Amino acid sequence: MLKRTSYDVVVIGAGVVGAACAYYAARAGLRVAVVDRGPVAGGTTGAGEGNLLVSDKEPGPELDLALLSTELWRELADSLGEQVEYEAKGGLVVASGAAGLDALNRFAVEQRRVGVEAVAVDGAELRELEPHLAEGLPGGVLYPQDAQVQPALAAAQLLRASGADRYLGEAVTALRRGADGSIAGVVTERRELAAPAVVNAAGTWGGAVAELAGVRLPVLPRRGFVLVTEPLPRVVRRKVYAADYVADVASGSADLQSSAVVEGTPAGPVLIGASRERVGFDRTLRVEVLRRLAAQAVALFPVLGTVAVQRAYRGFRPYLPDHLPAIGQDVRVPGLYHACGHEGAGIGLAPATGLLIGRQLAGEDVGFDLSPFRPERFEGADEGSAGSGPGAE
Amino acid sequence: MVNSRSERVGYDLAVIGAGPAGLAAADAAAGLGLRVALVDAGSRLGGQYYRHPAPELGAARPDRLHHGWRTFEWLRERLAAAPLVDYLPGHHVWAAERGADGWTLQATRGPEGGDRVAVEARAVLLATGAYERQLPFPGWTLPGVVSAGGAQAMLKSGLVLPGRRIVVAGSGPLLLAAASSLTAAGARVPAIVEATGYLGYARGLPVLAGNPGKLAEGADHARRLLRHGVRLRLRSAVVEAHGSDRVTGVTVARLDARWKPVPGTERRIACDALAVGHGLVPQIDLAVELGADTVTTADGTAALRVDAQQRTTVPGLWAAGETCGVGGADLALAEGVLAAYSVAQRPAPAKELAARRRRRAFAALMAAAHAPGPDWTGWVTDDTDVCRCEEVPARAVREAVTELGAADARTVKLLTRAGMGWCQGRMCGPAVACLSGGPLGRPDSRPLSCPVPLAQLAEQDGSSELSE
Amino acid sequence: MDPLELVGAEPGSARSILFDGRAVAALPGQTLAAALWADGVVAWRVTRVGGRPRGAFCGIGQCFDCLATVNGRPNQRLCLVPAEDGDVVTTQEGHGHGELAV
Repeated sequence: MLKRTSYDVVVIGAGVVGAACAYYAARAGLRVAVVDRGPVAGGTTGAGEGNLLVSDKEPGPELDLALLSTELWRELADSLGEQVEYEAKGGLVVASGAAGLDALNRFAVEQRRVGVEAVAVDGAELRELEPHLAEGLPGGVLYPQDAQVQPALAAAQLLRASGADRYLGEAVTALRRGADGSIAGVVTERRELAAPAVVNAAGTWGGAVAELAGVRLPVLPRRGFVLVTEPLPRVVRRKVYAADYVADVASGSADLQSSAVVEGTPAGPVLIGASRERVGFDRTLRVEVLRRLAAQAVALFPVLGTVAVQRAYRGFRPYLPDHLPAIGQDVRVPGLYHACGHEGAGIGLAPATGLLIGRQLAGEDVGFDLSPFRPERFEGADEGSAGSGPGAE
Repeated sequence: MVNSRSERVGYDLAVIGAGPAGLAAADAAAGLGLRVALVDAGSRLGGQYYRHPAPELGAARPDRLHHGWRTFEWLRERLAAAPLVDYLPGHHVWAAERGADGWTLQATRGPEGGDRVAVEARAVLLATGAYERQLPFPGWTLPGVVSAGGAQAMLKSGLVLPGRRIVVAGSGPLLLAAASSLTAAGARVPAIVEATGYLGYARGLPVLAGNPGKLAEGADHARRLLRHGVRLRLRSAVVEAHGSDRVTGVTVARLDARWKPVPGTERRIACDALAVGHGLVPQIDLAVELGADTVTTADGTAALRVDAQQRTTVPGLWAAGETCGVGGADLALAEGVLAAYSVAQRPAPAKELAARRRRRAFAALMAAAHAPGPDWTGWVTDDTDVCRCEEVPARAVREAVTELGAADARTVKLLTRAGMGWCQGRMCGPAVACLSGGPLGRPDSRPLSCPVPLAQLAEQDGSSELSE
Repeated sequence: MDPLELVGAEPGSARSILFDGRAVAALPGQTLAAALWADGVVAWRVTRVGGRPRGAFCGIGQCFDCLATVNGRPNQRLCLVPAEDGDVVTTQEGHGHGELAV
């Protein structure tokens, strides 16, 4: 028999975004449950590197969200810092040639206008900042606001701190609706949870949860691989990446993009991240993807060439056609909120997403323009636009 | 058979692993006209079972450390004379990729992994054997505490012992074999500590009757051990190893039916080494990464699901021997032959079909008899490092479960680093799965099945060998 | 009885390796781990978190507990590396890459 329990809100998804939604909703005084078909951090969160980046974002709504999140992560670090391995290490974006450096500096000028700290760095300073960087690089930009957390710990600790009831390992099978069509609760494989509000924080599977509510949200997967080296001393101090990364993040192409993001971790291994492919949920390894990441990392840090790659892991970033997440109340279904589609920036954007969702849930003034993130913005859009063909975006 | 040829393309079959299954498969496949690459991480033919001293050690009687040595010599001679088989020793395969025309195996070569080699073949047989299952206990990371299989391996190949007075403990038939070799080689074995009561075997008398060789092998070990005055302590476990920089003794306790140590039964045994293990775990990373289906065997380990022709659920990928469930060398030999016939699209030979049927039944009996009891975690104190590589104590694993909501090995790994180190969870995986309360069995997929130097991974052309 | 006697081994003359500055004999065909065991040495690594001694555990290259620095290269599995005359084996501290620290 199904057990029945009542909450103010049920969050679907125990990744970092769901955990942050639970955390801020609970702080707003709401009684919260979190449901996930898998464990905590079982999806994209557990396959991430923990990037909290402003450096890779152009001025616009996502950067605004990232700047707010940067502040919130700093606050959270006061209580959870060590438990989530928070490091305010800064990011260093490196250009490979003069033209690239010009473009990078122009990008930084725009970013500074909206509050990003960005410090131009010449070739000599690069090697002072990162002694193992390859010789002959013309320069780059240092972003002191970039930071890092261990993503699975971040999700688990936020979830614990929220005090929310956890229902893990239970898939949501249906959403209950009232006579007026508004949300009334969630049905899982094992129980029914009554609640007037549901937050869809199901990440890559957010489209499927939206479908349970009868609405369309075209979340799709973008595959990524991360290489992990053997444990090392601090060899790389910051998050270091090539300027091409910014173009890759924004790219609409289905083809493989990769530009190594290289960073150390408190535990020792160096992470080399950021391949991007649109291949659906195909898990098949492509050695060429790993090869490119490895080659780019060695190009940045030749000293890593003799170091062993101990393992690699893959994940699927949830993206929406315009590369912005869906955040906020869905006008099509009263009581339904979305917090998904953060692509590769979910760890960084989680606190801001959670805070704003929490305010909406509590009926407070949101104090932030959520209109670019409206979940129903794809309504009426050509179905094909969610696909991977040319001109998709 | 040719060593280290530069040509690495155009094989009909790549056999990964040169133990009993791989040797039998390569021999049978060559006999059926297939061109075979026999790719092995080890430096000599034989795998772990037929592990033997390097020729430079000049061992006149390597058979004294072996059962079935003649079979190995026979296979070795046949393979040496088989022009269709290329033997590639010292090759650690780290990935298998399937293209339009078949497989490409990526391997690093040599213990230092300096060179990258690509091997192309139409079909792949996974004959990678198994490694030992460990159930941690306080003190198991002390020098002088070694795996039972490790003590065997070091003795068989290096002709060395980890100490003079060696307690052998854990569960499974390997314990008797290890103790028998160790005593024959001059070690004193004050006790064999076996967690089960061997009663499990009694439930399978018809199976035992069908496997007289297995009984004879067991009786042979028992005779040798009796002669050396080795004491067999059943339904007992080593619950602690003592010492500061090296093991100096162990505490053994009786276990109840659920493997919970019985208070008051502790007894200390002095020793300078402990050889410990709880059966074997199939080595199936490459296949799991490719998405092959697995089954959970009666002792809780994951093995590959294969059909009557030894085909996994991945097209073009066969498996034989321990990868399909631990069952010993004779089973592996039979399955290797059966796999070769299937790859060659020939009807299976009756002799091997019958051998497989008998041996699989025995394997199932053995797995059930030695399955760890559910309460073994009772001897794991909070301070015990469960993960040897990352030095993660049981306390951290337990907190991840009770405080952070982890309920499976993968989540525990993400939250504690248990299983994230050099060995990639091979030593702690089964223990972490038990402590997390999650399902045993299917391991996490691993895009790289062994470490690869970054510069080698970055190489443009994996077949640079060809220019030699 | 000893293992060599058991299998009737007649190895060639021993090689010499240096372990933490001390000469240790290695029979031809033995791995570095085997040579050290024969010499009574069972630990040649110090762990990076707890600073604890470790040596060979699985003996077949799976557990990576037997890592040490060989001829200046860290993280070599001694159970796999054949002993060569003049090899210099050093007890490895932690990750073995201390020189890379910035």
